[in-house]
Amino acid sequence: MDITELFWESIGTLTINKMRTALATLGIVIGIGSVIALISLGQGSQKAVENQIQSLGSNLLTISPGSQSSGGVRGAIGGSTTLTYEDAKAIMSSPEVTAVKNVSPELSRRSQVTAGRNNTNTQIVGVAPVYSQVRKINVASGLFISQRDLDSLAKVAVLGPQVVTDLFGAGANPIGQNIRVNSQAVRVIGVTEAKGGSGFQNQDDVIYMPLTTAQKLLFGVDYLSSISLEANNENVMIDAQNQVGYLLLARHKLTDPSQADFMIFSQNDILNTASQVTGTFTALLSGIAAISLLVGGIGIMNIMLVTVTERTREIGLRKALGAKKKTIILSF
Amino acid sequence: MISVSHLSKIYQNFDVETTALNDISFEIKKGEFVAIMGPSGSGKSTLMHILGALDLPTHGTYSLDGYDISRLNEDELADIRNKKIGFIFQSYNLLPRFSALANVMLPMAYTGIPKQERLERAKKYLTMVGLENRMEHTSSQLSGGQQQRVAIARGLAMNPSILLADEPTGNLATAQGEEIMQIFQLLNKQGHTIVMITHEQNIARHARRIIKILDGKIDQT
Repeated sequence: MDITELFWESIGTLTINKMRTALATLGIVIGIGSVIALISLGQGSQKAVENQIQSLGSNLLTISPGSQSSGGVRGAIGGSTTLTYEDAKAIMSSPEVTAVKNVSPELSRRSQVTAGRNNTNTQIVGVAPVYSQVRKINVASGLFISQRDLDSLAKVAVLGPQVVTDLFGAGANPIGQNIRVNSQAVRVIGVTEAKGGSGFQNQDDVIYMPLTTAQKLLFGVDYLSSISLEANNENVMIDAQNQVGYLLLARHKLTDPSQADFMIFSQNDILNTASQVTGTFTALLSGIAAISLLVGGIGIMNIMLVTVTERTREIGLRKALGAKKKTIILSF
Repeated sequence: MISVSHLSKIYQNFDVETTALNDISFEIKKGEFVAIMGPSGSGKSTLMHILGALDLPTHGTYSLDGYDISRLNEDELADIRNKKIGFIFQSYNLLPRFSALANVMLPMAYTGIPKQERLERAKKYLTMVGLENRMEHTSSQLSGGQQQRVAIARGLAMNPSILLADEPTGNLATAQGEEIMQIFQLLNKQGHTIVMITHEQNIARHARRIIKILDGKIDQT
């Protein structure tokens, strides 16, 4: 019996048990498909997270107030109130800080916001006009916060699209209408473009207001929750970090950098952390896929075994009719 | 042509030795029609396996057409089974998904016979057993008697030295059994050597010679 004849006989055997053949093939296809799908899904999400963080600006530095140590007790990060608008202005005007292009002081707080009968709890961010440039925020309609708004403590707000949906309904035009923040009436002057969430916070669920208004009229504080810095380019990030660091140490009358009451993060730090997280995620997915492939493989082996077992009679007969061992093995 | 001398077969199962055949000797000449008879457990199936080169004896020699079967390796045995022996089983043992024609062609497929000749020979033998109108039927579409006739055609396909039949009528009604015996008689008249194992007296009487086996020994020839 030659090879071609054996081949056609094997094909014939496969077509007799069409269902089993189809299921076995399906099992292999789904198993391999799921491995490929899950791995590419993991890699895709990793890329997506990276892109999202990159879209915030890859030459972005963020200064956060550090933990306050009083009498040897170290408080939580961000608990300090040492960062001020004056610090931000000093960074901008200092001749020693050469690597920084823009400085954006920010104060963000969560607050209850109402419009008519609707209300929502959202992030209020007090900003300077430069914020839109540093954080790459584009206004879809209306205007962003202007220098005049900042100087005159204007009660105006720019809403994120999610807030518009929550307060006025999807697709509504809120410009010119009033909302109430901390029981103060605020006029809406603009709506930002949708940017999508980035992991921990939704950048569309936010209300921008002039920094001075937020500090003095709404929350009655004089400190900042963070300062965003835009470096001249990606290559001077370290320089910018150092220049700003020493300036703030001097301003806060600290000599030992380890005692600093602020922290400077670069976007790259966040990017690395996020990449690690999604990398772990990808590994997890691949693991699951590999296990499912293994289970599928064992299932197929089981079917093979059943097939051979149920054909032992046939094998015996073929041997009695003069089939050589080699021929039998070849036909399986 | 078949010569068996001092043949013994001992099965070893753990510590228990079972002697299935005990010092058997006989000869079968070309053109004979021999029935091997005996009650179940007498060793006639073991004898059939050894005669069919499916199993090797523990002691003694078995020669078929001058070949000493006990000295051959597995592939040579396969060749002997293919060319010299035609098997007919109690339960027919046709391949269920193949047509009658394909079943008869199967043993020829294991040798180098060209496809066209296989087809012609299969048709010739199926016609000989009276199944010229059933060639494309699969075994589930055939009656027991018809299936056994396909099996006979398959046994004849390689034009073997002996036809070895193991209880060929065991699964058949009396009338159909008689039909099979008529075919055997006819084949014997054409010169085929037939060795048939049975425990039915009225089947065995069709044979020209009867070898009786009891407890692994020849009782009477």
